Amino acid sequence: MSFDEIYNIALMQGFAGLSLFAVLLLMGLGLAIIFGQMGVINMAHGEFMTIGAYTIFLLSSLTESYAPGLIQAYFPFAIVCAFLVAFAFGWLAEWALIRHLYKRPLDTLLATWGLSLGMQQAFRTIIGPKEVSPTLPDWLMGSWSPAEGLDIPINGMFVLGLTIVVTGGVLLALYKSRWGLRVRATVANRSMANAIGINTTRTDRVTFAIGCGIAGVAGAAFTTIGSTGPTSGSLYIVDAFLVVTFGGAASLWGTVVSAFGIAQTQSISEFFLSGSMAKVLTLLLIVTILMLRPQGLFASKVRR
Amino acid sequence: MDAIKTWLGRSGLASIAILAVLLLVVFPLAMDTFRLNLVGKYLTYGFVAIGLVMLWGYGGVLSLGQGVFFGLGGYAMAMFLKLEASDPESTKIQSTPGIPDFMDWNQLTELPLWWEPFNSFGFTLFAVVAVPVLLAFIISYAMFKRRVGGVYFAIITQAVALILTVLIIGQQGYTGGVNGMTDLKTLMGWDIRTDEAKTLLYFLTAALLLGAILLCRWIQLSKLGTLLLAMRDKEDRVRFSGYDVSMFKVFAFCLAAALSAIGGAMFTLQVGFMSPSFVGIVPSIEMVIFAAVGGRMSLVGAVYGALLVNFGKTYFSETFPDLWLFLMAALFIGVVMAFPNGLAGLYESHVKPWLARRKQAPAPGGTGGEPPSASAAPAAPTVPHTTTSAAVPTAGIGAKVSSQSA
Repeated sequence: MSFDEIYNIALMQGFAGLSLFAVLLLMGLGLAIIFGQMGVINMAHGEFMTIGAYTIFLLSSLTESYAPGLIQAYFPFAIVCAFLVAFAFGWLAEWALIRHLYKRPLDTLLATWGLSLGMQQAFRTIIGPKEVSPTLPDWLMGSWSPAEGLDIPINGMFVLGLTIVVTGGVLLALYKSRWGLRVRATVANRSMANAIGINTTRTDRVTFAIGCGIAGVAGAAFTTIGSTGPTSGSLYIVDAFLVVTFGGAASLWGTVVSAFGIAQTQSISEFFLSGSMAKVLTLLLIVTILMLRPQGLFASKVRR
Repeated sequence: MDAIKTWLGRSGLASIAILAVLLLVVFPLAMDTFRLNLVGKYLTYGFVAIGLVMLWGYGGVLSLGQGVFFGLGGYAMAMFLKLEASDPESTKIQSTPGIPDFMDWNQLTELPLWWEPFNSFGFTLFAVVAVPVLLAFIISYAMFKRRVGGVYFAIITQAVALILTVLIIGQQGYTGGVNGMTDLKTLMGWDIRTDEAKTLLYFLTAALLLGAILLCRWIQLSKLGTLLLAMRDKEDRVRFSGYDVSMFKVFAFCLAAALSAIGGAMFTLQVGFMSPSFVGIVPSIEMVIFAAVGGRMSLVGAVYGALLVNFGKTYFSETFPDLWLFLMAALFIGVVMAFPNGLAGLYESHVKPWLARRKQAPAPGGTGGEPPSASAAPAAPTVPHTTTSAAVPTAGIGAKVSSQSA
């Protein structure tokens, strides 16, 4: 094996880790807002991702049958729609369910688990139990080979790019916008925020809905990698929670770093071990570190 | 006489006795062996549910990983039964006779070392309880000593459930993989698949469950139970009073783990197999709903909850498979939003006052029919909503301290 080949394998392996990082981060971001900032355990987070994925599927089928000419261009528009649809459902869920349970976090867990079961069955009844995949535009297919023997999948790069954009957007919104200021004030001290005229009820609802919307975007991105079924979302939920907890719940940067760390650990150990053992090793590592350092990588200075 | 009545009401022995009659007399008389075996299977979940009452209702610690302990107990028992079922005589068609069939399929040529002790029944009985308790101790000691609680603990236990499931499925040669351990036949030469064996195992399960309820009730009535409740409501105050809060939580978690493990072992004996589908995240959360439906403060209620939810699951998933998940969703949401104390809470708030009113109707204007037990035993108020002892706000639980029936 020549040096070039080893170099190429290392590069592709590194990119596999980066793709996983993007996936984990996209999953974790919405949850970092809902769980990390608001302290709501949303077990139905995966189902909001599924909603986003189904939105893409629906729009791709519509485009295919009514405007086949637009099949190359619908995807960015569909991602925005995925955000909006998941946002709307999140708004609804907050209004109907979550807002009654802010003071009982463990009960929220059970209620949202119920919500996730209901949503899964609703997907199964309305869309069907089969896994579906949207028709992707051609520019998302194939791979990019900058050198001989080096293939980097384009959909992976697309997800990575989308992740960077979304993460940047969330960071910007949280630290530079009025909404972010209100969220941070509410998180830091709810009653004081209320006292100085922040409508915390409304802030909660918008924040929850935005978190769900980001989950929708994550789901949309995942349609470029794999197919979507009624229970796809539930596969990710524990990983997403671990990413957020491991990073330090109230810290967005922590989420980014922990997603990177977890992804690299898993993809590197996958190179040496079988897939399931790599997963076990990674999870064990996370749990052990969390036992020794329960506040996560980046401890927040927030007083609750 | 009044003293006995008060004590009975306080300890909740009456409701335990009713449950005992139902389990030991009514069910065996009313059902055939098949249905009785089914009830026996549900009762094994009752162990998990009463463990959760102690841990979650009393200790205020929610674990989403009870399936781990249920599974470990069940797998320990299954390993013993599997070894007994794979004697060289009945496995002679394998390329390596004398080892479990799934090992042979996975090209293992000898029994792994850590399987060897499970040839002994005594060790197996020990391992059924000891392995889960050890794991529970390690997890909870590390977490509670660092004062991690609530949500984070729930997430970690969930991660443990995921790890164990992935591990069992991944290590097919050692654990039987997705299929689990099947074809379990005899226990020390006694065929567990016959009708008589199933009936006997049912009675054994029911008796063990009643024993476990009595044990838990005794703990609840002891100082330890009071401390657990106090800790759930105001952890800091208990800590400032000089108690080592974390060790009490560790105890509650280990107790719940041991109970779940016994349930798992009885499950394996009655059903005749064990698989990772009873270990993972979904079954673990379902186990929480058993306790929640029955009433997270009520031991007897938790058993009824386990029976009811499992009956519902069997009935609906056979007749209306589409409806079951919706019903389950409604159950989760309803039990949280509408009746956080479950069936036992409904009994306390609706049936009991109604009974009391009927009792008082012939002799209006007096508490003549009722002994002055209300003041002596705040645990069994004749009229709910007096909230004599529920002055402390219950953080995150929404349960009244006063509504603790057995």
